[in-house]
Formats: sequence, C-alpha cells, structure tokens
Amino acid sequence: MIPVEAYLVVSTLLFFIGVYGFFVRKNLIGILMAVELILNAVNINFVVFNRFLYPDHLEGYMYSLFVIVVAAAETAIAISIIINVYRKLSNIRVDSINELKN
Amino acid sequence: MEAFASISHIILALPFLMFIFLGLFGNKLFKSNPNVAGWIGTAGLSVVAIVSYYIAIQYFWFEGKGSDSYQQFVLFNYEWLKMTDNLVISIGFMLDPISAMMLVVISTVSLMVHIYSLGYMHGEEGFQRYYAVLSLFTFAMMGLVVATNIFQMYIFWELVGVSSFLLISFYFIKPSAVAAAKKAFIVTRFADMFFLVGILILSYYTNTFDFLKLTAVSDGHATLVNNTMCGMTFMGLSVTSIAMFLIFLGGAGKSAMFPFHIWLPDAMEGPTPASALIHAATMVVAGVFLVARMFPVYFFEAHDVLTIIGYIGAFTSLFAAIIACTQTDIKRVLAFSTISQIAYMFVALAVSGYASEHEECLGYTASMWHLFTHAMFKACLFLGAGCIIHAVHSNEMNAMGNLRKFMPIAHITFLVSCLAIAGIPPFSGFFSKDEILVAAFEHDKVLYACQAFVAGLTAFYMFRLYFRIFWYSENPAHEHHTPHEAPMNMNIPLIVLSVFTCFTWLDKVFPFFPEKITADRVGYELETNWTIAIASILVAVVGIAIAWVLYKEKNDKPDMIAGKVKCLYISASHRFYIDEIYLFITRKIIFGGICVAIAWFDRHIIDGFMNLLAWISRELSYDIRDVQSGNVQQYAMGFLLGVLAIALFAIYY
Repeated sequence: MIPVEAYLVVSTLLFFIGVYGFFVRKNLIGILMAVELILNAVNINFVVFNRFLYPDHLEGYMYSLFVIVVAAAETAIAISIIINVYRKLSNIRVDSINELKN
Repeated sequence: MEAFASISHIILALPFLMFIFLGLFGNKLFKSNPNVAGWIGTAGLSVVAIVSYYIAIQYFWFEGKGSDSYQQFVLFNYEWLKMTDNLVISIGFMLDPISAMMLVVISTVSLMVHIYSLGYMHGEEGFQRYYAVLSLFTFAMMGLVVATNIFQMYIFWELVGVSSFLLISFYFIKPSAVAAAKKAFIVTRFADMFFLVGILILSYYTNTFDFLKLTAVSDGHATLVNNTMCGMTFMGLSVTSIAMFLIFLGGAGKSAMFPFHIWLPDAMEGPTPASALIHAATMVVAGVFLVARMFPVYFFEAHDVLTIIGYIGAFTSLFAAIIACTQTDIKRVLAFSTISQIAYMFVALAVSGYASEHEECLGYTASMWHLFTHAMFKACLFLGAGCIIHAVHSNEMNAMGNLRKFMPIAHITFLVSCLAIAGIPPFSGFFSKDEILVAAFEHDKVLYACQAFVAGLTAFYMFRLYFRIFWYSENPAHEHHTPHEAPMNMNIPLIVLSVFTCFTWLDKVFPFFPEKITADRVGYELETNWTIAIASILVAVVGIAIAWVLYKEKNDKPDMIAGKVKCLYISASHRFYIDEIYLFITRKIIFGGICVAIAWFDRHIIDGFMNLLAWISRELSYDIRDVQSGNVQQYAMGFLLGVLAIALFAIYY
C-alpha cells in the first residue's frame, strides 16, 4: 500500500510549484494555471485525509468536488477578465495593468 | 425702590440700543441727512440724563437716607457667568452716593457733548459713526460706575477703552490719529493687565467679586478681606497690598498717572468734543472712581498702598503741571492740566480717613467733589477750546490772540472755567481744591506743600492759556480771516457747563454735594477752612498775576525767562523725554535686544527641532514607500512569508 506520506509529498510539491508559478509568472494565464495547481494540491489533501482518517465519511470527497466546481467558475471569470485586458492593452502581462497607479 | 429698579434699566439699555441702531443702520438710513443720527443720539441721551437726574435726586433726598448713613442699593443684578457657587460674575446696577453722583456727571457732560457735536461735527465724514461710538461710550461708562462687582467693572472698563480707541482714531486717515489711538489702547491695556491680575488675586482669596461683600466694614477692618487675606505674604509683601497695588495700576493706566500718562496728550488727536467727554471729564477719572469704590479695602487693609498712591499722585500732578506751562498746543495744555487735576484727586483719596466724625474723611469727600467740579469745568474748557479751534482752524497758540472781541461767549465761559480751575472763589474749583488742600495739610505736610505749589502752577498755566488766546496781541492772520462766534448749539453747552461751574458749591441748589458723599456714607456738615483757603487763593492770585505780566501783551519776558532756565524749559517742552524713554525701552531694549535673542531661539531651536522631525519622517517614508508597489505578486510573497512565519511560530513554540 502506498503510504500517506507519498501522497502528501506529491501534494506539497504541487502546492509549492503553484506558489512559485504564482510569484514568478508575468503572464496572466500562467498565474491562473498556477492557482489551479494550488487548488489541486489542496484537493489531493482533502481526498487523502478523508481516505486515511475517516474512510466511512464523505465530506472530504464532497469538498474536493466543491473546490473543482468553484475553480471552474473562477477560471471562467478570470479568463473573461483576461480577454478584456487583452482587448484594452493588447497584452496580458500582469505588470502592465497599473492604470490606477500614478 | 421698585420704581427705581425698572427705570434704571433705561440708563444702560438705551445708550446700548442707540449704539446698535446708529452703528448698524446709521449710514444707510441717514445717508442724505446725517444730522438726524445726531438728533436721535441727543434725544436718547436726554432721556438717559433725565432718568439719571431723577434717580440721583430721589436717592440723595428721599430713598437713600437710611437711619444713620446712606444705603447701598442693588437695583438689579443678573447672573451672567457662574464659576463656582460663590464666584459669580453678574451684570447689575448698584446705587450708592458715588455711583449716583457719577450718573449725574456722565449724563450731564455726555448730553452737553452730544449737543455740542451737532455743531462741531457738522458735515464731517462719519457723523453717524461718531454718534454711535458716543452712545457706546456712555453705555460703557454708566455700566462701569454702577457695577455691582469688580468683574463687571473690568468688563465695562475695557469697553470704555474700546470706545476711547474708536474716538481717538475717528480721523483714521491721519496717520498721527491712528498712532495715537494705538498708543492709548496699548498703554491702557498694558495697565489693565495688572488690574486683571489684581482682581484674580483678590477673588482667589476672598472668593467673591461683589463690591458689597468686599467693602463691608466692621470694627475697623474690611471684614472679608481681613478674614481671608490677613497675614498672607508673598516675597515679604502682604498679598493684600500686592493685589490692591495691581488694581491701582489699572486705575493709573486709565487715569494717566505717571508713568502711564504718555497716552493722554496724544489722545487729543480725536475730535475735541470726544476729548472733552472721554479724556477730560469721565473716562480718565475711572481710576479715581475705582480707588474710591475699593476705598475701605485700601484704607484698612492696604494703607501702605494708599500712601504710595498719594506720592505717585503728588509727583504726577507736579510733573504734568510743569509740562503744561511749556506746551503751545492748547489741547495739550488742557490734557496735561487734566493729568495734574486727576492726580490731585488721587492725593485727596490718599490723605483721607474713613470715618465721617470730625471730618476725618474729608479727603474722600474732596476727591469726589473735585471729580465732579473738574468734570464740569474741564469739559467746559475743552468745548471752549473746540470753539476756538473751529474759529481759527489751528490748535497752536501762535495762531490765536485777542480773540475776546470776536468770541464773547467762548471768552466768558472760558474765563469762568479758568477761574474755577485756578481756585478763585466763588467758583466750584475753589471749594473742592480747598478741601483737598485742607485734608492734605492735616495729614501730610509734604503733600500739602506740593499740592499748594501745583495750585499756583495751575493758575499760572491756565491763565497763560487764557491770556494767550483771548488777550495778547492780535494775530495778523485774523485780518484775512475773521474768527467768528460758534453757532448756538455749540454755545449752549458752554453756558450750561459754566453755570454748573459757578453754582455747584451751592449744595442747596444742587443736592449732590459735598457732605453726602463720604467713605462710610454718613453725611456731615462741611465747613470751609478759611486759613488754608486764603493761602491757596493767594497762591492762585500770584500765579494769575505772573501770567498777566507775561502774556497779557506781546513782550519778550517769556522768552527771556525761558532762556534763563533753558535746560528745564526745553526738557519740559519735550515732556521730559518720557516718550523717548518709552521708545528707547521698547524699540532698542525690548525689540532690538531681548526680542532678537528670542526670535533667534524661536527660528533655530524651536523651528529647527520641528524641521528635524519633518526631515526624519520624510527620509523614512522615502525608504519604506517601495513596499507599496501595487504589484500583486509582491504582496502575495509578503502574505506567504507572513503565513510561514506564523506557522513556524505555532509549530516551534
């Protein structure tokens, strides 16, 4: 049986890859993808802990489904914002969105 | 009494309402015919005068007489500012012999000045404003003399100062008038500061402002002050003496005692009738009134201060009289004469006793009496001087001479007033001045000698003025421009005031004086001491005779005498350089020395410290402002680091 630590190592790696991507990517789509990675790392944790700690409960599975649904909605909104940004600025670099500054 | 209480409101309310009305609407309503404003002011003041006379007569003849002394009535007293249960500032109306007398003085002189100004100020720019301020002054002066507590007096004291300022600067286009107004205001305010400190010390210990409580006397003590302040000392001096001396300094400022006298001669820049009212008859005697009002406290609890007052008064009267002999501006001669005569009143208070028995309080009576007579004849002299200035268009003696044939009414009234101030019987000044000299003789021979000499000087400089204006050689300028008699509305006040000057000694005609006004308010019979009277008449006659020899006709004797005592003459004609000393102290020492150091400290130390603080915050903010970059990813990094820090903290602690 695969031990629980292996799952957690994967999810931690996934999480920090996402965090790293969120920090360093300048492309809005890239940032969005990094956020998805973070969310999926969390999803893995939900599922793993539910499976190992409370096998006869379903809340962990339910929450990971819920996160997936919300993430889908969020992605839709984010992409629509990105499209608008692109129409206005002709690029999607995050540091060019600074019209309220100065 | 109830009848009094209701009509006495008129005395304060009517002048105040007239001030508001004329001040706010005078210019608009009476633009085409400003005289209406003058008539309204005069009519209002006539009502005030009638009410004042009614109250005074009723008081002295009927209502005021108690079983053995005149009573002090508080006709109304409205609480205004309650500081503690005891310490209350109220606005009220107190009637006692001196305030009843002052009602008569103020209303008479003010009414005469109102009438006179109808002619004198005719056609002047700001005629309505002039009448508005006259009403304000009358209101303030009335409020001052009827004050029930010392703080009310202080409030009205400042109000008379304001109206004096407004009237001196009436011709505010002239820079000299503006300077004189500022000088008067600053000097009197400076003195009033001491007055306020004195009030605060007094009320701190006695816990009251009320005159009735402060001046209550029993067993040879001003009870309240004695109970609360006796034995207190500050730097070796009795606190009572310090407080009372500070209060006197306030009075010295208003009454132009040395060294605060410098503002009064300059105050002559104002219109002459205003000078007559404020700077001769009423406002400048406020200091005398103040000391008289607090007299029991001075006499029983701070007698050393009273002695100092006497010597300050004697010095001032001599000093001002000497200066008056050398001035050539006729209004300035009168101004110095006023200073000298007010100083007389202070001397009289200082040599007074308290009880009426054996005429001990003669000085007090004489002081108040001289206040009354002086107000009348000095107002008459000033108004007469106004007529003369009106006729020859100059203040300088050199522009005058032999005016008696052009201006008979001004001549006669001026002569009567000069005789009165010189102390020639039967005119009023003789009797009041004589009582002062008697009181001084019985109390302090030095003061008597000084005052008797001043009496001679007074006779000399007043008749110098008189002969120089009305006799002397005719001025060649008059051939081109004949001086003419003033209009009737200017002559009537002169006549009325000179009638007062002739007859005030007849206390059967005028019921106010003199025996009814005493420190303990017990009346007594006054007798003229003819020994001293004859001596003072002789002194006055000698003074007049010298003036007659020197100034009846044009001759070179005055110049010769001036040449012999050149040093004295020049310094006296420059008023002993007191103004220059003041200027030196303020400009060179205070502004040029102390203030420069203070300004340096302020600029470099105080401001420097503030600038340092500002510099530090600016540099710090430059350093930390990059934190707020607007970059979301940077914020997220901070967020993450923060979370990690909290997590590590939670794990390892």
